[in-house]
Amino acid sequence: MNNETNTSPGKNVLVEDYNNNYKEIFKQTPDFINNIRQTSFKEFDLSGLPSKKDENYKYTNIEAAFLGAYKRQFSKQKLTIDVNEVFKCDVPELDNYLVLVNGWFYEKEKLLTKYNNGAIIGSLIEASKQYPEIVKKYYGKNLTKQKNSLSSLNMAFAQDGLFVYLPKNIIINEPIQLINLIVATEELMVQPYNLIIAEENSSANIVICDHSLNPQSFLLNSTFEVIANKNSKLEIYRQQNAHDHSVQITNTFISQKENSFVNSVNITLNGGTVRNNLYVELNEPHAINKSYALWLADKNQHFDNNVHVHHLSPECESFQLYKGIVDNSSTGIFSGKILVDKKAQKTLAFQSNKNLLLTNDAKVRSKPQLEIYADDVKCSHGSATGQLDEDAMFYLRSRGISKKESCQLLMQAFADEVINKILLEPLRNEINNLVEKRLRGELSRCNRCKVNCGQ
Amino acid sequence: MLSIKKLKVSINGKPILKGINLEVKAGEVHAIMGPNGSGKSTLAAVLAGRELFEVTSGEVIFEGKNLLELLPEDRARMGIFLGFQYPIEIPGVSMVNFMKTAVNEKRKYQNLPLLSSSDFLKLMREKKELVEIDSQLTNRSVNEGFSGGEKKKNEIFQMAMLEPKLAILDETDSGLDIDALRIVANGVNKLKRPDSATIVITHYQRLLDYIIPDIIHVLYNGQIVKTAGKELAFELEEKGYDWIKKEFAE
Ligand SMILES: Nc1ncnc2c1ncn2[C@@H]1O[C@H](COP(=O)(O)OP(=O)(O)O)[C@@H](O)[C@H]1O
Ligand SMILES: [Mg+2]
Repeated sequence: MNNETNTSPGKNVLVEDYNNNYKEIFKQTPDFINNIRQTSFKEFDLSGLPSKKDENYKYTNIEAAFLGAYKRQFSKQKLTIDVNEVFKCDVPELDNYLVLVNGWFYEKEKLLTKYNNGAIIGSLIEASKQYPEIVKKYYGKNLTKQKNSLSSLNMAFAQDGLFVYLPKNIIINEPIQLINLIVATEELMVQPYNLIIAEENSSANIVICDHSLNPQSFLLNSTFEVIANKNSKLEIYRQQNAHDHSVQITNTFISQKENSFVNSVNITLNGGTVRNNLYVELNEPHAINKSYALWLADKNQHFDNNVHVHHLSPECESFQLYKGIVDNSSTGIFSGKILVDKKAQKTLAFQSNKNLLLTNDAKVRSKPQLEIYADDVKCSHGSATGQLDEDAMFYLRSRGISKKESCQLLMQAFADEVINKILLEPLRNEINNLVEKRLRGELSRCNRCKVNCGQ
Repeated sequence: MLSIKKLKVSINGKPILKGINLEVKAGEVHAIMGPNGSGKSTLAAVLAGRELFEVTSGEVIFEGKNLLELLPEDRARMGIFLGFQYPIEIPGVSMVNFMKTAVNEKRKYQNLPLLSSSDFLKLMREKKELVEIDSQLTNRSVNEGFSGGEKKKNEIFQMAMLEPKLAILDETDSGLDIDALRIVANGVNKLKRPDSATIVITHYQRLLDYIIPDIIHVLYNGQIVKTAGKELAFELEEKGYDWIKKEFAE
């Protein structure tokens, strides 16, 4: 990091805003979090927003994305709508969900629940007050090595977010679902921070769905910190489905201990500018991480997916499959890195990016990288970008299937490879339907949900 | 049913078919034989609508329609079926979904009601038995990881599902052992109807022990150089193609 302070109009507004409002911001959270806000703010002030000169942001103009006249909420604002009126998720088995509206929890009865088995699920802010010893132990502790200026920004302004605590030996079979809803009446910047902790031998499925309710532009800058302790097992599914005037930035930090297993699937159905960063650290032997992503971009949408996997310990496995379909004049970007430390012998690591390019105007950038310092490893990476296979098209059409339907079958087949990694059946079926509709150019609305995503 | 007149086809400016004439009537079985590289697969692909090839002159009339101006899918719906010499593997597209879409697209074209899932599965079961295809194969992706023989049987299975008027089988026999050959030939024979016709393209006389052709054509260097009854197959089996090559050398 250089010592010169980076300035940009977007950054200056944020710095000013923080300085003017930190008292109100600090009222939300206990001191231990506010201390982290302070250090995070200093980090952000020093580094500024990533510029296009930054190799990691070469193709995505973050400075420009921050130029909107975004308003920020420093404390929970009164809601003018009834969430249950406007939003309903009726996917079977996904009917018990938490709703985060513009970065805050509004349902008092569901704010934070401690279950009989000891699991704690709900509002992070509430948890930091009721269970400070648990939150303090993990909050911001596992992202120091990779923390970037966008996550620093998030943690300075951090609003509420999902808190999941799975005590030792607790297995939760029902999915834990969060609906991340943006209901903006003016241009809004929303910055939730989410913390997921799986203690030894625990296991859960977590489903996160991002939706926007009206076509007002917004910027969502979220952080997820995930800690998978020894022998724990987590499935994390995320669906991003917001309209074309949105900027969605996510930094996910996954830190894994011995023999833990984390499977994550990220589906980007819609959005304006999307930037997803996933950082995985495999800290102890036999940890396994699998990460999958699928993005479907059209019009002028710009989706940028990054993954960084760090093998710090021997005998761990990591596997990434990132696939994009880009149509019209959209852009799909993949950048991946597997870093294998010298002592991380017997590492197995595979990374693959595949892109389907549907037009001449659509753009794909792909940069898979390996950086290996151990000598006894099995690693590979690859990237392939192409159009729909002509031989396959002719084969399908020669059986009477129209050109359009043949394209549809081939695109769905391409997407299925990622969707099939969603082990939660009702969610998989729902995502399948949404992807099918999305690829047909129909509005991808979940079942009878009233939210107009992707408009 | 099918009338090909003076058909000339090239690829990248290189002439491949140099004036083909062929008449096929309902109920007939034609065999097209000839050495490798003669243009047999090109002819089959052009009839099915492959756009890779450029038709430079000639005409093809199928059931009174100018076939050459139709899209491949419309030709298929009218009843043309191409059994591929090299069937394509399509990972991720399930056999069931593929066939269901194909069958229903054809029914739409014929103004018939779409098949329900249970009726469709029943039809699949019937046809699978008819062509003795391994039940498991239809649970997989189209041709993915199928052995050579399985791919060929799958072509016949698709033909059975689609009940074409004109089936063009491009070397469906090559690479098959005797048992598979018998099954494939049986399938073809069982599916024969008085109002349908078959063109079998083959390299060997072997298949013609099982599928008895009415007429045999020899295609050589982009032209049909001989047309005769089934006895021609025995002559070719005995003498090979060398005499043809000599007789019609450029
Ligand atoms: N895609 C292609 N590109 C270029 N030449 C081709 C292509 N397909 C076929 N040919 C040429 O056309 C000729 C006829 O090929 P083909 O129709 O496959 O013959 P056959 O099926 O009788 O063995 C050969 O000379 C072959 O090299
Ligand atoms: Mg051939």
